[in-house]
Order: sequence, then C-alpha cells, then structure tokens
Amino acid sequence: MTVNDFLLMRHELMLVAIALILLITDLMVKPAHKSAIVPFAIALFAVQTIVGFLPADEGVLFGGMFKTTPLISLMKNVLNIGVLIILLQSWPWVNKPENREKMSEYFILLFSTLIGMYFMISSGDFLMFYLGLETATIPIAALAAYTHHQTKSAEAGVKLILSSALSSGILLFGLSLIYGSTGSIYFDQVAAVYSNAPMQVLAFLFFISGMAFKISLVPFHLWTADVYEGAPVNVTSYLSVVSKGAASFILVLVLYKVFFQLFDIWQNVLYVISVLTMFVGNLFALRQQNMKRFLAFSSIAQAGFILLGMMAGSQMGMTSVIYFILVYIFSNLGAFGVVAAIEASTGKILMSDYNGLYRTNPKLSLLMMLAMFSLAGIPPVAGFFGKFFLFTSAASAGLYWLVFIAVLNATISLYYYLMVVKAMFINKTDTPIAPFRSDSMTRLGLILSGLGIFVVGFWSQVYEFINSLSVGLF
Amino acid sequence: MIDYTYTLLIPLIPLAVFLFTGLAGHKMNPKVSGLIGTTGLFAVTILSYLTAIRYFWTDHLHGSGYQAMKAFEIEWLHLTEKLTINLGVLLDPISVMMLIVVSTVSFMVHIYSLGYMKGERGFARFFTFLSLFSFSMLGLVLATNIFQMYIFWELVGVSSFLLIGFYYEKPSAVAASKKAFIVTRFADLGFLIGILMLSFMTDTFDFRTLVSPTGPAMLQAGSATFMGLSAITWALIFIFMGGAGKSAMFPLHIWLPDAMEGPTPVSALIHAATMVVAGVYLVARLFPVYSMVAPDALHVVAWVGGLSSLFAAIIACTQTDIKRVLAYSTMSQIGYMMLALGVSGYGGHDGLGFMAGNFHLFTHAMFKALLFLGAGAIIHAVHSNDMRDMGGLRKYLPITHITFLIACLTIAGIPPLSGFFSKDEILVAAYHHSMPLFIIEFAVAGLTAFYMFRLYYSIFWGKHTHYHHTPHEAPATMTIPLMILAFGAVFSGFLPFHELVTSDGLPFEAHINYGIAIPSVLIGVLGIVVATLMYRKETAVPAKMAGGFGSFYTWAYHKFYMDEVYLFVTKKILFNLVSRPVAWFDRHIVDGFMNLIARVIEKSSYLIKGLQSGRIQQYGYVFVTGTIVLVIIFVFIL
Repeated sequence: MTVNDFLLMRHELMLVAIALILLITDLMVKPAHKSAIVPFAIALFAVQTIVGFLPADEGVLFGGMFKTTPLISLMKNVLNIGVLIILLQSWPWVNKPENREKMSEYFILLFSTLIGMYFMISSGDFLMFYLGLETATIPIAALAAYTHHQTKSAEAGVKLILSSALSSGILLFGLSLIYGSTGSIYFDQVAAVYSNAPMQVLAFLFFISGMAFKISLVPFHLWTADVYEGAPVNVTSYLSVVSKGAASFILVLVLYKVFFQLFDIWQNVLYVISVLTMFVGNLFALRQQNMKRFLAFSSIAQAGFILLGMMAGSQMGMTSVIYFILVYIFSNLGAFGVVAAIEASTGKILMSDYNGLYRTNPKLSLLMMLAMFSLAGIPPVAGFFGKFFLFTSAASAGLYWLVFIAVLNATISLYYYLMVVKAMFINKTDTPIAPFRSDSMTRLGLILSGLGIFVVGFWSQVYEFINSLSVGLF
Repeated sequence: MIDYTYTLLIPLIPLAVFLFTGLAGHKMNPKVSGLIGTTGLFAVTILSYLTAIRYFWTDHLHGSGYQAMKAFEIEWLHLTEKLTINLGVLLDPISVMMLIVVSTVSFMVHIYSLGYMKGERGFARFFTFLSLFSFSMLGLVLATNIFQMYIFWELVGVSSFLLIGFYYEKPSAVAASKKAFIVTRFADLGFLIGILMLSFMTDTFDFRTLVSPTGPAMLQAGSATFMGLSAITWALIFIFMGGAGKSAMFPLHIWLPDAMEGPTPVSALIHAATMVVAGVYLVARLFPVYSMVAPDALHVVAWVGGLSSLFAAIIACTQTDIKRVLAYSTMSQIGYMMLALGVSGYGGHDGLGFMAGNFHLFTHAMFKALLFLGAGAIIHAVHSNDMRDMGGLRKYLPITHITFLIACLTIAGIPPLSGFFSKDEILVAAYHHSMPLFIIEFAVAGLTAFYMFRLYYSIFWGKHTHYHHTPHEAPATMTIPLMILAFGAVFSGFLPFHELVTSDGLPFEAHINYGIAIPSVLIGVLGIVVATLMYRKETAVPAKMAGGFGSFYTWAYHKFYMDEVYLFVTKKILFNLVSRPVAWFDRHIVDGFMNLIARVIEKSSYLIKGLQSGRIQQYGYVFVTGTIVLVIIFVFIL
C-alpha cells in the first residue's frame, strides 16, 4: 500500500489512531488527572472532523472491498458533525462523579462504532458491509448499558443486543442467499446478475428487514422506544441521529448501486414500510409523556419520511435524503441537547416538567422551539426545506398518494411538536424548572445545533453541493 | 439621455422619514417628528419642481413631443420569460405634473398640520402616516408598470385607512376607515382582475410597452368577445372599476363622505387633491389603450364621470356638514375629470379632453386643498363641522375668508381664475363629443356655483351666531399654506397645459371658445346670484325652496339612500344567502371532518398501544412476522 492508499482511508485510520491513543492515555494517566481526557478526546475528534473536510480522492482498496468517493466522504463528514455536537453535549454527563472512572470507555466505544459505520458506508462487498454493521452495533449495546447500575440502562443494553442479534441473523441469512444465488459478494458483480427471481427477492427482503431494524422502521422498530428511554441521553441521541443516519446512507447506496434491478419491488416494499412507519411513529409519539420516548417515536416517524426520498430513485432523491439527514442531525440534536442539559442539571425528563420553561430558561426554550419547528417542518427553518425536498422528489417520481399521506402525517406530527412548545411557553405551573446555566461545552453544542438549523436551511449552496455529488438510479 | 436617476429620491425620502419617525418617533419630542416630516417633504418638493422645470423646459425634450422615460428601473420578480414585475421611476408629462401636485399639496398640508394638529395626542403618529402616504402616492405616480402601480395603489389605500381612523377612539372614525378600506378594496378586486387580463393578453405590465402605438395592447382590438365587447375592453373596464373606487365615482363613492371623519388636513391631502384623483391618473396613464382599442370602455368612463358629477352636485346642495359638502364637491369635480378623459380622442386637437382632464386635476388640487384647509381653519375656530352653527365669520377670520372666497370663485369658474380655464376646456371637449353629457356638465357648473356660495354665505355671512368664545384667526402655520394655495388657485390657469400635457406629447393650439365660455360663466354667475339671494341674509327662502322640491329634496338630503341600498344588499342579501350558508358549511362540515380525523387518530393511538409491551420476546415475534408478511406479499402475491 502506498501513502495515497492510506490517504483514501484517512477517516478510518485516523479514528482508529484516536481510539488507540485514548486507550493508551487512559492506562497511563493517573486517576487524579483523568478528567483531562474529556477535553483531549473532544479536541482530537474536532481535528478528525476538520481533516475529514479536506478534499478527498476517489479510489478502491483491498481488491474492491473498500471504496471511497467524494459522496462517501461527504456522508462520513455529515456523521462527524453529528458526533462532534453529541460529544460537546455529553460534557456534563461524562463529568459526573459516577461516570468519571470510565469516561474514556465512552469515547472509545463511541469511536469504535463510528469506525464501524465508516467501513459500512465505504464497503464494496457484503462482507465488509456486514463487518462494519456489527462493529457499529455491538459497542452501542455496551454504551446503552453504560450506567449499568440503573436497571433501565441495563435493560436497554440487553434489549438492544438481543434484538440486533435477531436482525443480524435474518440479515445474514439474506446475504448468504445472495451469495448462493449469484456466486459473489462483491457489489458490482451482484448488481450485474441480480434479477427478480423469487430466491433473489427473498434474499433482498431479508436484507431489507435487517436494515429496517437499524433505521427502526415499522414493524422492526419495537426495540427503539425501550432502548432510547433506558440508555443515557447522549447515547440515545447518538442512536437516533448518527446510527440511523449511517444506516440510511448505506441503505440508499446499496439500493441504488446493487439492487437497482429490483427498483419496482423495493419501491413498493419501502412504500408499505414508510406508510406504516409514519403512522405508527406518529400515533405513538402523540401519547408520550417522557421526553426521551417522545423523541424516540418522533425519530421513528422521521425515518418514514426519509424513505420518501429513497423511493424516488433519482439524483434528487439521494440529495434530499442526505440533505434531510444533515438537517435532522441539527434539529434532533438541538432537541436532545436541551433534554440532556435539563436532565443533567435537574434530572427531570417529563413533558409536564417543561411547563413554564420559557420564564425561567428562555434561551433553552427558544432553541427547543426552533428544534421542534424544524422537526415539524415549519418554514423558514431548515426542517421545512428538508421535508420539502423529500416530498418534491417523491412527487416527481409520481408518488402523489404517498406524498399526500406524508403531508397528513407531517400535520399530525405538528400537533405533538407544538405540544412541547405549548408546555414551555403557555402552560403555567407553580414549580417550573429553576433557572440554570449550562457549562460552556454544552452551550457550544447547543449553539452549533441552533446555527445548523438556520444555516443549512438558508444557505442554498449546501443543497447544491450535495446535489453535485449525488447520483441517480440509472 | 439625460440623467434623472436622482428622482429615485423623491419617493425614498418620505419612506426614510416614515421608517425613522415610525420606529424612533416615540422616543422623540413629537414636534421633532413633525419637523422631520415637513423637512423631508420640503426636499421632495424642491426635487419635484427641479424635475418639472428640467423635464418641461430646460432639457428640451419635446423635439418630437414629450416622451416617457425611465429614470430608473430594476427587475423585482421574474414571473415568466416575458413577464416580469419591475420597480422603477417613470417620467412623462402626466407623472411630472402629478409630482408637482402631490409634493406641493403634501408640503402645504405638512406645514398646515404643524399648527392644526398642535397638542393632539398622536401628533408624531400623524406625521408618520403622512410620510407613509406621501411615499405611497409618489410611488404610485412614478410607477413604470401597472403592477408597481397596483402595489402603491394598495399602499395609499392603507395610509388612507390609517389616517381616516386616526381618531381611533371615535367609533364613527373607525367605522369610516373600515368602510373606506373595504369599498376601495372591493373596487381594487376589479383592478386586479383587469391587470391579470391585460397582462395575460399582452405579456407585459410595462406602461411604455402597453401604450406604444405598435405595442401588444393595440393588437388586441379584435380579441375574443364577451357580451358584445372585446376582451381588452372588459379588461379596461375592470381596471376602471379600481379607478372608480379610489376616485369615488358612482356607485362606489359611498366611502368618501364618511372619510371626512379623518383630520381635516388629511381630507385636503388625500381625499381632495391626491389619492382620489388616482383613478383619473390611472385612466390617463392607460389613455392611448382606452382610446385606440377600447372606445367602449371610454364611453363607460365618460358616462360614469358625467353622472357622478351631477349626482354629487345635487347632494352637495342639501348637506349641512361643511366637510361633506366639500366631499361631494370633490366627487363632482372628479366626475368632470373622468368625463373629460372619456370624451377625448387621441392626438392633436382631438386630445383636448385629455389635456383638459389633467388640467382640471391640477387646478382642482390647488383650489380644493385650499377649500379643505380653509374649512379646517374654520372648524379650528368654531369647533363644529355644521354650517348651521356658523355665520358672520368674516369679521373673525379675515385671511381664511378671503382665501375661501377666492377658492369658491375659482371652482365656480369665474375668469380669470384657474378653474375657469380648465372647466371651459372640459365643456368644449364635451360639446364636441356628446350633447347629453355637455348639457349635464353645463347644469353641474351652475349647481357648483350655487352650492359653493351657499356654503360660503352660510359660513361667513348669514345669521349672527353667538359663539361661546370669540373665534380667532388660525396661526401663521395654517394661514401661510392658505395664501400659497390661493396663489396657485388664481394663477395656475395660465399654465400652458396644451403645450405640456397632451395625449401624444405634441403641443397643439388651444384657444377659448367664446360660444361656450360666455354661457358657462353666466350660469356660474347665476348660481352665485341665487345663492346670494337665498343665503346672504337669513331668510325663509331656503326652507320654502326645500319644501317646494318636496320628496326630491329629502332624497337628495339622504344622499339618495345609497348607503341604505348598500346595507340592504350586504346585510340582507349577501349575509343571509351567501355568508350564513358558507359559515354553516365551514363550522359543521369542514370543522366536523377535521374533528373526525383528530378523533380517529386519537382512538387508533390508544388501540395500538399494546404493541409496545416492553417484552423482548414479543418484539422478536413482531419482527419475524413482519419479515414473513413482506415475503408473502412480495414473493408470493406480487
């Protein structure tokens, strides 16, 4: 391998290096100085994020198992942005006395899953894809059970690992059927010979069930609420944003690059799943009182919207998916950031606890309102444009009924997003959350999400840039 | 090409003043706001006169007639390849003339208001709104295209609404402002329809393209017909509907008398000199189109104008509120202008009516603003609007008296005051075009002289009224504008309008037609004499006369029950037959459907909650079932 080959893998190699450095540092630093690891890790990851934005080449490694393109680099960078914000927002939680002992574990596990996602997105064959997928999943189960002295957190870890074992089983079954029927695991070769023979359709359906689990699409979503609720808030936001984003990226790539012969079939499959997902996600979100569960179901419903862009099968469809995920990262992290900040300082997590928040913590409330508006898709914040492009691409593919259903669901979702805003601004209470001031790292993370919600929406070059890298189905 | 880009400042200065005093006004001494507004308008007036002098005289643009030129233009909205909405400044004879009218009257009204509104609550607010109005009116006048005109058209409507309702604690003022806004908005609906039709047919909003003799509008003469009139005729009639609403033409005039609830300077500025003549300006602006491709629409203009002027003049003879008399007089005079445009032809001496209409617009602005400001001074002195509370005021208000008298003589058409010249030209144009209209206007000339002098004598002569406190002359800030405007009213008739403002830009020969001028002066004098006999001293004659006319007098006194007709149509017919069923449908069907959806969603949310049990075995079961169902559907069924 030459230096250039290394450069093609710089995302992965750097992050592996960072994880190793943290591991070694953790062993060498005295317990008294361990708190220095947190800023160190964040700084390292900030470097990683910045380096990721340097121009990237296109190339293939390991005989086709690993490949990278500007589009794939872009996807990794989008994930990096999300992770960076999450790291900033985890500051108060990681620095809690009970977590201080094992704070480097948090970073190392998080980075390991991210490495898995990088490989998954960059994969050129199903083996690399599967390895990446598992590397991305298993450490998350450990993260979900991070505060294992709490029953809920332990339960979340167990539920995640069991569910993901089941889904991996089905996914692997699908992959072996693909190998059995085509004689290859390389994407290019599979794509060249794939047809809609029953065996191959069956293999595809198993594959998509496994992926649907990762993106928590209905009816493969049931783990989501329990895990989101039990896991520490920052892990939840990681699951709902980065993990889901990475799985959506690879799904859209595989659908477009490998299974394009099955376009008619997967369009219908996604149609069914997305309608179910939007409705079920919304109907459950309507009734949630716990903010984490609320956001869990809202993120399920949002995943249903993402499918609209995939189904278009066009360049615009892919652009709208990536763009929406970018917007979704900022909006959801804004919401999770507020929830995390409030939970970290007061331990309160119910929607009714938010009553009258505007009077005591106006800035937090405004950011939360912004995030809710963005998730609901109210102009002029970025969420509106995200949904707008998704709907437009689906409509230009002729899926008018689906767009109608999606609009209907967007309306339903508006109701519960506004319930949060109503709680903060209108509802009165005698015991509002007392005013508090977050530390500077959390605030930086919140400000970044708030800025993103505005900038990504208004700055049309973002969309244009993504569009210039995206590809269509044919 | 001579650079006129600076004319952009003319509308922008009042806008800047509006924004500044509107946003920072409450932090300043109100007087400062007033002075800022007045200074701004002073600058606008200077620029307007400079522009007029350059355009008409020093820049020698009239080699082949005065041409329209765009001093400035930007594209604002790109609708289609051909159709764009631009914003800019258009200079041509009528827009330059209107600049003079608007800036002069507005400046005078600003000065006057410094005295008239002194000590009022909302002094600063008043000047802020005046600036908004001046900006909107100047933007309307300078519009390069019909859509820009429409935008500013609505803006003057808003400013008018704000100023009529200035005393928002008075219920009658609030009602009047709403009435004015709704009636003119209704008319503007017609305007908008007309704009859309016109732009659909011609692919342009631009005035210069529209009126060009080889332009797309001219090719539409033979366009599709509806009820015997071509489509472009209908478009122009709809556009005229907007103009008729703003200019208070019958039957859309009902808002104008009520609009007198606003402060008197506002009545002088908006409801006498500038905004209400916007309809005339609109027709004049599109005149070549009216004249060449839609003569039928022009007939409508002429007859609406003629009938409105007669109708208003009759009502004016019976009213006792001095501002209402002036309001009906305004309506009547605008009717004259409309009629003048309606009877005009295009080019050369045929365009006499066009010139006369604009001429009258100009002179009318001077003398009617003067009358209103004079009325303001009178109201200021006696604290009443009703002429029955007045009498013998000439001793107390000498300056107001003289200027008011000059204005009355001017409007009565006594030579050599300006009203004589402009009215005479209109009568000549009407005489050449249509005898019935000429007879109507001739009669209106007599009526005008009569009701104006009825007003004059009732205020300044007549009975000796005892006042609670001695009325006193208004302060200098109010009398100086009166004198300046009186100067304008006397001498503006000598302006060579036939050389400056003509239908095709070329000067033509105009001279006084004595065959018409002498009788029209005589009937004016007759009106004055009758009024003198009846009202100079308190007599029983007026009451007897009123009795002699019987129910006709009662009808006229009640403004021919137009308000009642409107109320009947809206309240009894529209509300009952349209609004109530629609409201019922909205409340029961539309809302009911929405509530049904909400209830279904809520119910189904309860129904599916069992799915989320928390047991991992069940999750796995659902997962596998889901996969199997997908397989069954997509492998076996499809």
